[in-house]
Amino acid sequence: MATGIKDKVAIIGMGCTKFGERWDVGAEELIVEAFQECIEDAGIDRKEIQAAWQGTCIDEVNVGKSALALALTLHLPYIPVTRTENFCATGTEAFRGAVYAVASGAYDICLALGVEKLKDTGYGGLPSIGGGSLAFFTMPNMTAPGGFAMLAQGYAAKHGLSMDEVKKAMAHISAKSHYNGSLSPKAHLQRPVSEDQILNSPMIAYPLGLYDCCGVSDGAAAAIVTTPEIARSLGKKDYVTVKALQIAISSGEELQYDNWDFDHFVTTSKASSLAYKEAGVNNPREEVSMMEVHDCFSITELVTYEDLHISERGKAPKDVMEGFYDINGKIPCQPDGGLKCFGHPIGASGIRMLYEMYLQLLGRAGKRQIQNPKLGLTHNLGGFPFMNINSVAIIGRHDA
Amino acid sequence: MIGIVSYGGYVPRLRLPRMTMFQSMAWFAPATIAVAQGERSVCNWDEDALSMGVEAARDCLKGTDKAGVDALFLASTTLPYADRQNAGIASTALNLKNEILTADFTGSLKAGTTAMISAFESLQSGNKNSILVAASDKREAKAGYFYEMWFGDGAASLLLGKEGVIAELKGYHSVSYDFPDHYRDAAKKYDYIWEERWIRDEGYVKILPEAINGLLSKYSLSIGDFSKVIYPCFFSREHAAIAKKIGASPQMVQGNMHETCGEMGTAHPLAMFIHALEDAKPGDKLLLASFGQGSDAFWFEVTENIAKLPARNGIKGSLAKRKEMESYTKFCQFRDRLGADTGIRAEVSAQSPLSVLWRKRKAILGLVGGRCKVCGTPQFPKTDVCVKPECHAVYEQEDYEFSGRKAKIISFTGDLLAVSIDPPAIYGMVQFEGGGRTLLDFTDCELEKLGVGQTVKMSFRKRWYDKERGFHGYFWKAVPQEEA
Repeated sequence: MATGIKDKVAIIGMGCTKFGERWDVGAEELIVEAFQECIEDAGIDRKEIQAAWQGTCIDEVNVGKSALALALTLHLPYIPVTRTENFCATGTEAFRGAVYAVASGAYDICLALGVEKLKDTGYGGLPSIGGGSLAFFTMPNMTAPGGFAMLAQGYAAKHGLSMDEVKKAMAHISAKSHYNGSLSPKAHLQRPVSEDQILNSPMIAYPLGLYDCCGVSDGAAAAIVTTPEIARSLGKKDYVTVKALQIAISSGEELQYDNWDFDHFVTTSKASSLAYKEAGVNNPREEVSMMEVHDCFSITELVTYEDLHISERGKAPKDVMEGFYDINGKIPCQPDGGLKCFGHPIGASGIRMLYEMYLQLLGRAGKRQIQNPKLGLTHNLGGFPFMNINSVAIIGRHDA
Repeated sequence: MIGIVSYGGYVPRLRLPRMTMFQSMAWFAPATIAVAQGERSVCNWDEDALSMGVEAARDCLKGTDKAGVDALFLASTTLPYADRQNAGIASTALNLKNEILTADFTGSLKAGTTAMISAFESLQSGNKNSILVAASDKREAKAGYFYEMWFGDGAASLLLGKEGVIAELKGYHSVSYDFPDHYRDAAKKYDYIWEERWIRDEGYVKILPEAINGLLSKYSLSIGDFSKVIYPCFFSREHAAIAKKIGASPQMVQGNMHETCGEMGTAHPLAMFIHALEDAKPGDKLLLASFGQGSDAFWFEVTENIAKLPARNGIKGSLAKRKEMESYTKFCQFRDRLGADTGIRAEVSAQSPLSVLWRKRKAILGLVGGRCKVCGTPQFPKTDVCVKPECHAVYEQEDYEFSGRKAKIISFTGDLLAVSIDPPAIYGMVQFEGGGRTLLDFTDCELEKLGVGQTVKMSFRKRWYDKERGFHGYFWKAVPQEEA
């Protein structure tokens, strides 16, 4: 009988680079920057790492295929290193590999590191991610903003909201993240932006404007995990443990069957329910202390509040406008600025979210510190609303 | 009885007023004011001779049993492929049966009528019972040239057969001359055209009367026996002069459509003929002749069946569905004459996997999906495992054609980041009547007029052109319908 991951694995060290347009460095330098912070935080010798997972997504403009980039850059001594790639859930998948390896008892100490160097393309936005040979012939030439813009249309239609109402809630979401980003020294974008500026920004893919879209950034983030016993033996007192790790991937029903209105994420709805069960959370609206969700676009964040079962269906705009998710709200969301302002180097994002939750849980979040958090939730959404990879992770204080 | 069983037309909805063209190029070519009346039809950027031919053929096949079609002849001088049979692509797009003869008729503006004669003779031989002919052209002319104004884009289609004939073929006659009024090298984009006065006087005004008079004498007819005489000639004065020369009264002459769409190449004689059929009565005798290195002339007699033909766009309906094109530069951009910057993002060039195209040809070219024989769920694309969660039956799907089905918009966007010849790229998810859904590009629409729940119809379009390898990629797009 499976018993889930709760409290079987401890995070003893994390690191994260400055995110942004890192014209000065490539993926290799980003790997070292994240890793050095991480291993110093863990307080172990690098020889103690027995296995590693590398998360990278768009290999064409990044480090190429395979896990060689991580192994070669850090000169890891002939240990197993595995590359994970699952769109925007790539980083969380790398973390999941390391966590499961420790939980299985196969290894004592493992490393997960996600890295993405995106700003070597010559243009703004993400490169397109191929969908296979049939899609090449049949799928619209869709960009990420376009794919998620359709979610805003579907959401507005489903709940009988005007696009103005939805846009206002979306603007509040982005303004909140910009404010949080201004408190976050490693964030890509650190300038507060008003809701008016957001509403009047140039259109990218109707109804999403420039400020509804997250940054395209370079960056890396890393985590070292071990068993709670080893964490304690290393002298760690307030260590953080993994409470839940769930992945749900579209089955094709959204894209091909007749029962979805392009208004929500079926995957997130299912994965979050399983995550709460795994973590022993009965009422997420009351028990989750804070979140880092996958705000690739403001509409994604809005809809995700409902799919995480925190806002009721159709009520997320109300919660947003009431400040429920603001830094001083009931459940602060994106305290570090989120994808929107901290940035979104795809392979690193999942681990970057965990890094922020980890800092907050250990009371190390500086000006944006949330009072006494117990459980932090992270969420990734890779792909498009109609076919995606969703991850939900919950980490918390070991005694929570 | 052998003759026309059905007809269909396709004139792209965009119309460029010739005065707009003149205003853009008057500084360079002031003399073009002489022909700057009315408007010309213009392909959207995602249309070409092949896609328009398919659309005209779809219109023609409305209400008919397409399983009975024995052959498909596609006529054009501007087909996308020199070698890869364009009629074969059209046949797959139309989801016609595999046991079929397909052929491209090309190399002359009379190729459409030549395809008709070949089809009639094949029917007469008894080897075939039903032949679909489509003629289509998207001709190019240089900026500021009279021909840029004379030409229009469009397609016409005729189903020729033995049952349910609406216009009986009573006779035909051809003449062929290597009259080089214009020519186009196989590798060139534009025609090289000789002096217009010579083309008019030695070409149109001599060759068309010769073919028409040849038909009359072959069947001992006089021009007065006909209710309509139909022949192309974009020189409006000579169009009338030919009538005078063959003894036809002005009322008998079918208009050359200069004002409404322009001269549509190989499709033009067929389109004019269809335009005449749309107003014809049982018993009417129609004389049709083409022009292009000779001429093919026909004698048709309209039957009682014409009243039974199901509703269709035809030429009249196509002409009525119009949207004015506001800019000459847009016309140039659509025809790849402007060189507008599409940015580094557009540089990504991928080869088109031809083995996939073959394996999935029904889905890609024909929009054929699957329907589960166990639970009845239609789905696109057709897959081995049924998508319905309560079913998941394996290997139980039969072909299911989506192209003729209406759908409703589930969601959509107008994407300014996506590379597009005509930004924003508009696309969305649509739900088909009767089940099944997919994501499609939208075309022939304006973003601000779209809404969730709006009806769309399918249209066969070009999605991309790989310049490096010369590959034309086709698929289906959704055309939003104006709400009544």
